[in-house]
Amino acid sequence: MKTIILRTASTYLLPVLLLFSIFILLRGHYSPGGGFVGGLIASIAFVLHSFARGLDNTKDLLKIHPGFLMPVGLALAFLAGVTPVIFFDQPYMTGLWYPEHLPVLGSLGTALFFDLGVYLVVVGVTLTIIFTISESA
Amino acid sequence: MLIAILLGFVFSLFLVFTGKFFKGKFSILAAGIPLALFVYFAQFISRISNGEVISQFHSWIPAFGVNLGFTLDGLSLLFSLMITGIGFLVFVYTSAYLKGHKYLDRFYGYLSMFMAAMLGLVLSDNLISLFVFWELTSISSFFLIGFNNTSRESRKSALIALAITGIGGLSLLVGSLFLGSITGTYSIAEMLTMNPEIASNPYYILVVALIFGAGFTKSAQFPFHFWLPGAMKAPTPVSTYLHSATMVKAGIYLLMRLTPVLGDHEFWNTTLIIVGAITMVYSAIHTLFRTDLKGVLAYSTISALGILVFLIGQGTVDALTAAAVFIIVHALYKATLFLVTGIIDHQTGTRDTTVLRGLRKVLFPVAIAGFLAALSSAGIPPTIGFIGKELTYESTLHFGNMAILLMVLIVITKILLLYAGFVAGIKPFTGSLPERFEKTKMPSFLMWLPPVILAVGCLVFGIFPGLIEGSLVKPMVSSMGLDESDIHLKLFHGFNVILLLSVITIALGTVLYFKLKPTKKLEAWIAKFEKFSPQTIITNSWAFFFKFSNGWTNLFQNGYLRNYVSTIMIFLIALTGYSLFSKANFAVDFNSFSPITVYEAATSIVMLIAIGYTVFTRSRLAAVASMGIIGYAICILFVIYSAPDLAMTQFSIDTLTVILFVLVLYKLPKYLKLSDYKMRIRDGVLSIAFGTIITLLILEVLAEPKSSEVSDYYAANAYILAHGKNVVNVILVDFRGSDTMIEISVLAIAAIGVFALLKLRLKKSDQR
Repeated sequence: MKTIILRTASTYLLPVLLLFSIFILLRGHYSPGGGFVGGLIASIAFVLHSFARGLDNTKDLLKIHPGFLMPVGLALAFLAGVTPVIFFDQPYMTGLWYPEHLPVLGSLGTALFFDLGVYLVVVGVTLTIIFTISESA
Repeated sequence: MLIAILLGFVFSLFLVFTGKFFKGKFSILAAGIPLALFVYFAQFISRISNGEVISQFHSWIPAFGVNLGFTLDGLSLLFSLMITGIGFLVFVYTSAYLKGHKYLDRFYGYLSMFMAAMLGLVLSDNLISLFVFWELTSISSFFLIGFNNTSRESRKSALIALAITGIGGLSLLVGSLFLGSITGTYSIAEMLTMNPEIASNPYYILVVALIFGAGFTKSAQFPFHFWLPGAMKAPTPVSTYLHSATMVKAGIYLLMRLTPVLGDHEFWNTTLIIVGAITMVYSAIHTLFRTDLKGVLAYSTISALGILVFLIGQGTVDALTAAAVFIIVHALYKATLFLVTGIIDHQTGTRDTTVLRGLRKVLFPVAIAGFLAALSSAGIPPTIGFIGKELTYESTLHFGNMAILLMVLIVITKILLLYAGFVAGIKPFTGSLPERFEKTKMPSFLMWLPPVILAVGCLVFGIFPGLIEGSLVKPMVSSMGLDESDIHLKLFHGFNVILLLSVITIALGTVLYFKLKPTKKLEAWIAKFEKFSPQTIITNSWAFFFKFSNGWTNLFQNGYLRNYVSTIMIFLIALTGYSLFSKANFAVDFNSFSPITVYEAATSIVMLIAIGYTVFTRSRLAAVASMGIIGYAICILFVIYSAPDLAMTQFSIDTLTVILFVLVLYKLPKYLKLSDYKMRIRDGVLSIAFGTIITLLILEVLAEPKSSEVSDYYAANAYILAHGKNVVNVILVDFRGSDTMIEISVLAIAAIGVFALLKLRLKKSDQR
């Protein structure tokens, strides 16, 4: 699918879609969205890019193998869960919140980091599966 | 204390990224972790010996009474010091033993994971967290036994060890749940006062049997002992650390820890004495027939564990003091002997006792370590082994009416163990040096120093038993709920029956050592009895189980995805259909439904057309595309019914699914009519039946009065408790966060599976 339109568009679509996926991730706590959907949208952005420009180009852009995002995401989600146990002597998975309301982020809490972990795992899983299959296909 | 326990886990994680650094010449630095922990625990000695108990509490799942409570008392202090102290020496030893090994970093990772799990196990006050750490030790042991993962034997031994200790772990979990429901708490400290209550409970026998199941499998008691000799496939540092000094003592630890809770009951005492006695005699006899040094040590370890169970079974102050001392004695001399064996193996390339001779000429410091350890193992004064043996004899001699029989058994065991110790610690070093070993080189001091330190410990603690009396042994006995004030450890108790028995033991054992030489012939002779051994019986019954499950799995998992789907559908239709038609009353009120809107009708028509096209099209690609249309139509329905979260997710998923399908189909032939006419009719009937059942089910659900307690709770508390207005997301990341955690783990595992299946093909040379 190396059409000139898609190729040109993909250059601009990738950052826009990624930004959109982060927007979806951040708004998740108040409005429809969240880490899972955000992760899927980010994966779609990369898949689209790989369709337009070829898998190798996308891989060069990513620098690391998307599989590495999985352990990073899992660790982040896990740390968000155990932080209250280790530092605040609260039960596992207790939500901790920064009291002030921050611009852009809204209220900042462990749940956001957990969601970020979910986001990374989803991107890692989807891209690993799709890249692996399209490479061997 | 939580940080101290987690340190090992953090370090093993850290090694994933810094493996290269620790693989090279800086591997010795890894030993800093156990050393730091050893110092940390050692500073508590004075406080603990003053009778203090240090506790720490972190809540984990308070709703179920599951918490991370840690208690440092005499019992856990001794184990912690052993775990970190011997751990330190083993870490140092490993840096030389596996120098330059390709996976040295991995080895350290497993080892420190094990250390952390073991510390968690002995410090846990909560039975459930104890169970979690218990399982973690089994898992890290599995990786360490199978460390040499290209060898089929290693993998098999690792699996057997995991299966046996895993069954024990389940038994521990069930036993803990029973104990928890009897006492209303999972905290061992709170159970201490409830002994009479538990003992009079009708489930007492069951609880004790379950706890025994855990202790006996972990501590390799007859008839579950056979995993331990198999576990000797692991590199020697592992055998030293896990399979003689620490992990196998976890079962002993559990029994000791629960002695004040469950003990002092006829069933408890009798079972432990019988099982311990059988184990100690049975495996002590087995040591006579082994020619592999590690085989000799494995069986003598099982025998020593038997002695410990036997002593715990007696349950008196004397017996538990003897057990406490013997744990120290055994850890010191057995770890030394294993390390010595490792050096011999590493430097000469063999562990065969029939050929090893005269090595003192080339490995002098190692010979001293082996000699001292053998003396301590034999219980010859002035080593600490002598004190341990005297205490064991004394408590057995004063044990009620069976004393004579038990005494005979323990003396026989000790005689045989003396033989085993001499074979492992003295025999390889005495006599003339054969020509083939003349060029044996001294290993690096990192390897010979650890066994020498431990061996000197055997001697020093023997000459000055006061060093461990007040600091370790007394607090340990008192933490088992007994009066420790009468305990005095000393070398010489005067001329009495016990001294006489000691002399007899040493004399007979020495005679046995000089008369009986281990030979291949003897080993072959005992192998004839293999078919009656518990190992053969248990593995044969496994073989039957495997056959059955193989057949069963092949019947259903036949590799055709379409068959899987039909199986699932038939099963669901049968089950749901049965309960629907036998129980539900189908009071569907059609008037209560809201009228159909234009949007709904239009979307449904699009969906129906797409479904028809999917079924009847002749091109795979077209079928996939129209499946995508169905998915998007469902999204629109979600939007209409105001479920934007679902719609968004469904939309992205559908896009990716279509892409995936196209990628897979790309390689398949463009068009193929795979199913014949009959199959299509069959599948059609199945699909329609399935659709009908699901529709009926949904109608029935709508007709039932709905309970909205749970959703009301979420809706009401989403903002108050979790600061979120989007209830769906709050449920995902907060209320049911653990579920999400597990789900993303499953996702990651699936991705690894896909990657492994498609990418990691074996090289031509590795394919068999």
